[in-house]
Amino acid sequence: MDLLNAIVALTNFVLIPGIAYGSQLAIGALGVTMVYGILRFSNFAHGDTMAFGTMVTILATWGLQASGVTAGPLPTALLALPVGIAATMVLALVTDRLVYRFYREVRAKPVILVIVSIGVMFVMNGIVRFIIGPDDQNFADGERFIFTARDFKEWSGLEEGLALKSTQALTVVTAVVVVALLFWFLNRTRTGKSMRAYSDNEDLALLSGINPERVVMVTWLIVAALATVAGVLYGLDKSFKPFTYFQLLLPIFAAAIVGGLGSPLGAIAGGFVIAFSEVFVTYAWKKVLAYSLPEALEPEGLVQLLSTDYKFAVSFIILLVVLLFRPTGLFRGKSV
Amino acid sequence: MSDTTRKIALFGLVAVLILGTGVVQSWNSALLILNMGLISAIMALGLNLQWGFAGLFNVGVMGFVALGGLASVLVAMPPVPDAWSAGGLRVIAGLLTGAAVIVAAAQVYRRVTRYRIPAMIVVLVAGFFLYRWIFDGGVVAVEAVNPASTGYLGGLGLPVLLGWPVGGLLAAGAAWIIGKTALGLRSDYLAIATLGIAEIVVAVMKNEDWLARGVKNVSGLPRPVPYEIDLQNSASFTERAASLGVDPVTASTLWVKVLYAGLFAVVLAVLLILAQRALHSPWGRMMRAIRDNETAAEAMGKDVTGRHLQIFILGSAICGVAGAMMTTLDGQLTPGTYQPLRFTFLIWVMVIVGGSGNNFGAVLGGMLIWFAWVQVEPLGRWLLELLTSGMSEGPLKDHLLDSAAHMRLLTMGVLMLVVLRFSPRGLIPER
Repeated sequence: MDLLNAIVALTNFVLIPGIAYGSQLAIGALGVTMVYGILRFSNFAHGDTMAFGTMVTILATWGLQASGVTAGPLPTALLALPVGIAATMVLALVTDRLVYRFYREVRAKPVILVIVSIGVMFVMNGIVRFIIGPDDQNFADGERFIFTARDFKEWSGLEEGLALKSTQALTVVTAVVVVALLFWFLNRTRTGKSMRAYSDNEDLALLSGINPERVVMVTWLIVAALATVAGVLYGLDKSFKPFTYFQLLLPIFAAAIVGGLGSPLGAIAGGFVIAFSEVFVTYAWKKVLAYSLPEALEPEGLVQLLSTDYKFAVSFIILLVVLLFRPTGLFRGKSV
Repeated sequence: MSDTTRKIALFGLVAVLILGTGVVQSWNSALLILNMGLISAIMALGLNLQWGFAGLFNVGVMGFVALGGLASVLVAMPPVPDAWSAGGLRVIAGLLTGAAVIVAAAQVYRRVTRYRIPAMIVVLVAGFFLYRWIFDGGVVAVEAVNPASTGYLGGLGLPVLLGWPVGGLLAAGAAWIIGKTALGLRSDYLAIATLGIAEIVVAVMKNEDWLARGVKNVSGLPRPVPYEIDLQNSASFTERAASLGVDPVTASTLWVKVLYAGLFAVVLAVLLILAQRALHSPWGRMMRAIRDNETAAEAMGKDVTGRHLQIFILGSAICGVAGAMMTTLDGQLTPGTYQPLRFTFLIWVMVIVGGSGNNFGAVLGGMLIWFAWVQVEPLGRWLLELLTSGMSEGPLKDHLLDSAAHMRLLTMGVLMLVVLRFSPRGLIPER
């Protein structure tokens, strides 16, 4: 029985990956929830928007690497990120102009917009696969670890190692910055306030002279930035593959709905709820239990509640439970 | 152009396209397109029932199709007696325990008055460990039986055609569970719920090796039609082929596909007639009334959620039948190939382009879009070769040529967006 080792193992395998993954999901879910709050539909193309932004960032990263520019210990992708964000913003605005605006003008039902977003998803997916191909791309460079498991063992003298990947730290720092910026923008600036007003009560907002097209445009710009950041962070932490990004749609939507669609705070909470449950349920607890229980009770198996292949099932079940017991989500989102 | 001539013209176009493939490429590819086109038409018919008739937003078609495929394996493959004696009963007992735990938890939630949520959680957690303890032992034993060739429980060894209705039933069962929880909530929630369940179904099929060998695939499914090799060995068949001037090998492959096409056409015709009758019955009118104005329909005393559940189950069952047919046609179950873009969203393109709310539209969309899906790839390759013909050899040219395969997604998306924008009622609109 060795509680300290148990805590270290838990931190290494559950807490740190959970926080990193949760931040990525939270930023993704913020994008979904923003589209839902302002434009009032569930954007199925969000996963592929993330993929597009990440793709541009990867291409820019390669360009920088080829010309010998790096960000030192940090991943070069950070320098390329603004390019990705700008390209995704252009893509979002063009999509809105060519596709979504028409349906806003005819005041189409939300479900029609969802179907339209499926069409957009196809197109974006096609573009991404066309340009970069369907394969895995690893574009993380710079220092891999802030400290490795061995450093930690030597430093602390414990049996268990604790590693902190630089991408994980970067994810959390970026997430905090992005969320702080977003909330500052929504709560303090005039445009942000008008967006919240538009989201709360469209008619009243229009009556007080808020320009809806401007609100929509700003929303797309923010959503594009959020999607790119979420995509790049996920890609740095794991790897980039167009199909994986499409599959991220499920946990991201689960996060947004669990938190309450349309509620930015909810999206963040939802992201962490989903991420932690996924990691929690699919982690093999043998090690932690072996340290924390007396020897007689030591488990024989891996004590893994579900195999990692079922992580989608976890987000899904949480989603169902929330929908059954609290249909508007934890933070009282809106419903159309 | 009147409604009927339009229908005839459009279906004529599909016929010309498929016959044209036969003349230009080969009759083999034409029949391949026809067979999958018929299956796609059935899937589209099922989705049209849900979306076109009732306005239910189902993006989990893939899951129901996969369940249908699973059913054909479970029905048609010969049982593996060693696996059954090794741990089959224990696996079944495990599954029953799991079901019992869920029922017990629901009962606790309903009956117990104080601390009911903690009580329910205790039942669920304890039940989960009990279930895993019983189930895992069985699974290990079953999967250890000759893992290279079996390692699963096998099926019932019944004729594969029986797998088709069973596929429908299996999909209907899954649809009932989803419908019970997610219908009556908002439309986007149903969408996300179906999207999730489809992923879970495919994840289960990939990972539960005892069930259908997971990603190791089950191949060599029994067929409802004769094998090519038997045809080639039969004297009467070779004679007939020779009298038509075709060599027996080609003739046998074509004949097998024609037989499949006949079977599929019969199923499609039956389902189409049923769907048509349903659409024009009072039940169909009620469905459309509910779709167009739920509140008014409810005021008329219609049980909206109940009707929705009904049609959701029916549509999913049709998708399940189509899935079983597809696995039969392939002769193997390959869970790794089930991808939402291909099996869910492509079906959506079919329904939208064909004309949602119109059964003939769905069938047309199924055949036409399947044709496009298959033919866009060579067409895209040809187009890119044309475009890059002036370019010098280099990585960019190679990359562009390699990317031709991804043209189909782009084309489908653009097609869908164009139809939604300029002709939202589709090629054959609902009357």
